[in-house]
Amino acid sequence: MDLLANALPALGEAFSLILQPQQILYLMVGVLLGLSVGVFPGLGGIAGLSLVLPFIFGMDPVSGLALMVGLVAVIPTSDTFASVLMGIPGSSASQATVLDGFPLAKKGEAARALSAAFASSLFGGLLGAFVLTFFILIARPLVLAFGLPEMLMITILGLSMVAILAGRLPLKGVAAAGLGLMVGTIGEALAGGSLRMSTYDVPYLIDGLKLVIVGLGIFAIPEIVSLLRQDRAIAKDASLGSGWFEGIRDWWANIWLSIRCSVIGVIVGIIPGLGGSVVDWIAYGHTVQTAKDKSGFGRGDVRGVIGPESSNNAKEGGGLVPTLIFGIPGSGSMAVFLGGMALLGYDAGPQLITNDLSVTYTVVWSLALANVFGAGLCIVLSGGIAKLTTIRFTLLAPFLFMMISFAAFQSRQSLGDLVALFAVGLLGIFLRRFDWSRPAFLIGFVLSDQAENFSFQAVQIAKSKFRFGTDVGLEYVFSPIVIILFIVTVISVVVGIRQAKAVMGTGDVPTGTKRAPLIFLLIVTAYFVVSYFNAAAISLQTDRLFPMTVSLVAIAACLALLVRMVRSPESDVVFADGEAGGEDSDAPHGLWATLAWFAALLVLSALLGFILALVLFLVAFLRVRAGLSWAKALLLSACGIGFMIFMAGSLNRDFPPGLLQEFVNLPWPLT
Amino acid sequence: MSVTKTTRRVAFGMVAAAAVAASASTQAVAAGHGINLEGKTVEFLIPFSESGGSAKWANFFAPLLSEALPGNPTVVVKYMPGAGSTKGANFFQEKRYDDGALIFGSSGSTQFPYLLGDPRVRYEYNDWNVVLASGTGGVAYLPPDLGARFDGDADDLKGIDFIYGSQGATRLDLVPLLAWEMLGMSVEPVFGIKGRGDGRLMFERGEANIDYQTSSAYLKGVVPLVEAGKAVPMMSWGALDEDGNIVRDPTFPDMPTFKEVCQATAGCETSGEKWEAWKAFFVAGFPAQKMVFLPQGAPQEAIDTYTAAFNAILARPDFAQMSEVTLGVYPQLTGKGAQGAKAQATQVPAEAKAFVTNWLEERYGVTLK
Repeated sequence: MDLLANALPALGEAFSLILQPQQILYLMVGVLLGLSVGVFPGLGGIAGLSLVLPFIFGMDPVSGLALMVGLVAVIPTSDTFASVLMGIPGSSASQATVLDGFPLAKKGEAARALSAAFASSLFGGLLGAFVLTFFILIARPLVLAFGLPEMLMITILGLSMVAILAGRLPLKGVAAAGLGLMVGTIGEALAGGSLRMSTYDVPYLIDGLKLVIVGLGIFAIPEIVSLLRQDRAIAKDASLGSGWFEGIRDWWANIWLSIRCSVIGVIVGIIPGLGGSVVDWIAYGHTVQTAKDKSGFGRGDVRGVIGPESSNNAKEGGGLVPTLIFGIPGSGSMAVFLGGMALLGYDAGPQLITNDLSVTYTVVWSLALANVFGAGLCIVLSGGIAKLTTIRFTLLAPFLFMMISFAAFQSRQSLGDLVALFAVGLLGIFLRRFDWSRPAFLIGFVLSDQAENFSFQAVQIAKSKFRFGTDVGLEYVFSPIVIILFIVTVISVVVGIRQAKAVMGTGDVPTGTKRAPLIFLLIVTAYFVVSYFNAAAISLQTDRLFPMTVSLVAIAACLALLVRMVRSPESDVVFADGEAGGEDSDAPHGLWATLAWFAALLVLSALLGFILALVLFLVAFLRVRAGLSWAKALLLSACGIGFMIFMAGSLNRDFPPGLLQEFVNLPWPLT
Repeated sequence: MSVTKTTRRVAFGMVAAAAVAASASTQAVAAGHGINLEGKTVEFLIPFSESGGSAKWANFFAPLLSEALPGNPTVVVKYMPGAGSTKGANFFQEKRYDDGALIFGSSGSTQFPYLLGDPRVRYEYNDWNVVLASGTGGVAYLPPDLGARFDGDADDLKGIDFIYGSQGATRLDLVPLLAWEMLGMSVEPVFGIKGRGDGRLMFERGEANIDYQTSSAYLKGVVPLVEAGKAVPMMSWGALDEDGNIVRDPTFPDMPTFKEVCQATAGCETSGEKWEAWKAFFVAGFPAQKMVFLPQGAPQEAIDTYTAAFNAILARPDFAQMSEVTLGVYPQLTGKGAQGAKAQATQVPAEAKAFVTNWLEERYGVTLK
């Protein structure tokens, strides 16, 4: 009651602060900036916030907050454009959106998918703010109730989503997830610093691969290459079906799903240390599990867009809890946001709730308001922007290669980023071709760090708790939250395995000869075996246990697959091969010829630096592959490069340098 | 009539004099006593991500620097995290002085791998030109029940199983881990947390029962816990006086230093190999924790310009009030002071290095090869 008596006046004060013309204006500026930065995959909130940070100092606090919040709030909204239209997961918040959003775009229903996504985002954001308004007052004990065993259970719950996304063969799903987990362990172990599948001679690998690169490589590159080979528009027959109003109706028809997923988003968002990476997978898994007719998922079911999008904006609200009351940022952009708040004279921490409740509410409701502006604007725009999907893809593709290369380069600012992108992209192409579940791979990759660390740390702490007494230890390990999460996980796995067959992903996959799928399986198995022995050679037990265990399980799955391959005829689903029939095999252009274009961009970048390479690549591609006239090819290339330079210049970003730059000192942007 | 005339003449004369003085000072800057950064964008490179203490520190100075540098350039903080901060430092090592628009902020986490001979280190502090050194301190604290058993010495803390959330034994955590061990406490570090904030959260959840934070993080995150009766401060690491002695931390004058606690505790000695090693790494890690560098080959006028700018920032009347929250009450050194701090932070006696390297391997199985 006391709390409420404090909260209501603070809430009133917050609203009177936000609803001033000046603050609204700053909020709008933030929203517009966020939208224009956010559509760029891989840049996200950090780049946008860094852009405004130099101006924050000395601003009036409410205006400064409005500007920053507006910017942060719309990032998970705007990155939906890339996921739906191009199949590029813009950030960790929209990985799951790709699964159904992009197939919808291919069906010519991009506008519908976008508006459904934005309506869900808007609703999720509002619901998140509403829940937070009351919840933030009592959140502290609840957040503290989530210790390491609880976080480990949530991670396992996230991993259990593999069951429903495994595709036709659960074993292949297990192996794909195992591969993701193992790729996630590459580099320096977080606990003891031992190197896994890397050496000090290749500094790039020490830090492991970043999610941006893996997301782009696994989802975006295979789709772009496949579309490019078929030489058509993204939307089949280059026509747009249902419009944006349809999407809003879809959202309204699934309002309860949207509410449930928003609640999931808020809850997972408030737990510090988990970050946003599991939220959309849990929401997507939940959406599939609770749907009656599952046959459309992965092939363009609008519910597969509504679920994750409702959760990811609600998560932003939830993420404010650890950020504001513990001062522990849940993401990179939240960290920059905290830095900005410090410049305005506010420090995150418990005192922010007790002393400056009105500031807290200003942040929460600015977030909600920014969501309304941002998503509202996006809904209006979605009909027009969806027209992109009717353009001949060969004209879009070089610019997409340009964008994803640039996005990947932001991860580590090294040429290695481009090499890694290409390598992961190649893996993605094969996973797609042989019908290995790419979502399962990505879930494994995203949760690899957390699964290893939480389990290792929880075990260590549990050991010492047991030393205090068996009851203390048991209480720590089997808290009520752990037990509830355990039950949910078991249900999710059982339901998942029973229903996975209904979720076909890419549709019917043809089978061809035995040879290609067998070779791929053997290569993957060999990687597991090598990783196993590589891990076994590590002296610190803490650093070798996890990769050894995972690779053993994965090797077992691979061997079982191998047995099935030996025993089954060529027509068995285990021999799924996208090149044996269907869209890809009928494509007018070959896989390698198409991939060579992208490889050429890479090699040229390594020699001449990114911008010069881009000039050659764009002109050559548009002239030769797309068959444009010289004038058109030059004009389009100039536009693309101008855009790239403008974007990087205003965000103060560099381009990958090449061998040439080693010898000659060139001015930016050629550096 | 004549009065007005005189006044006008005087006024005119004063304006003219002022104008001459002003142009003279501008010329002085242009004529080699400084560099002008007008229209440029100064990149403040830090080898960490957006979420750590270095990001906070750099973002605190960036806008002030923009105001204080001649020509008011935009100052942007650039993050280049990776390989425990050695990646960004290696990158900076490759850079030669160009137009003064690149500065680098290093931290204790950059200094320690350098001192311990980490194989990833390709940088050399001696090549760089320091223009600012910021100090900090650290505080260890306990939960209330264990804090009640602490009475200025650690004798009653022996035999308790302590759990501590750690970022890794080769990082700054080396200083608290070695200190606790010297006090005879058995502290088991749980490695693999991603920042000291996570360590505090583990403490708050009751999973860890000892923790330490650097000063600013302690003031912000732990003091509220102390006030709520959920934590008790144990000791600070102390600060250095002008002669290099460890004295009480000016930010926490009421708290005993580790040196005092060690003297009061049976079996802990403030002399000998172990103590010297601890002190050397404390000095490298805290009193000169964060430094701003110009790249190698920087001319004296560039160093002077930046030094003058930082001096101007430190002389701001509102600096103390602004910096207290973000940086704590610690010396911010420029010029000679900064060079002295750099020397302290990057030169550790060979015996201390050998001791710590050996201790890391024996105690934690960590080798830097």
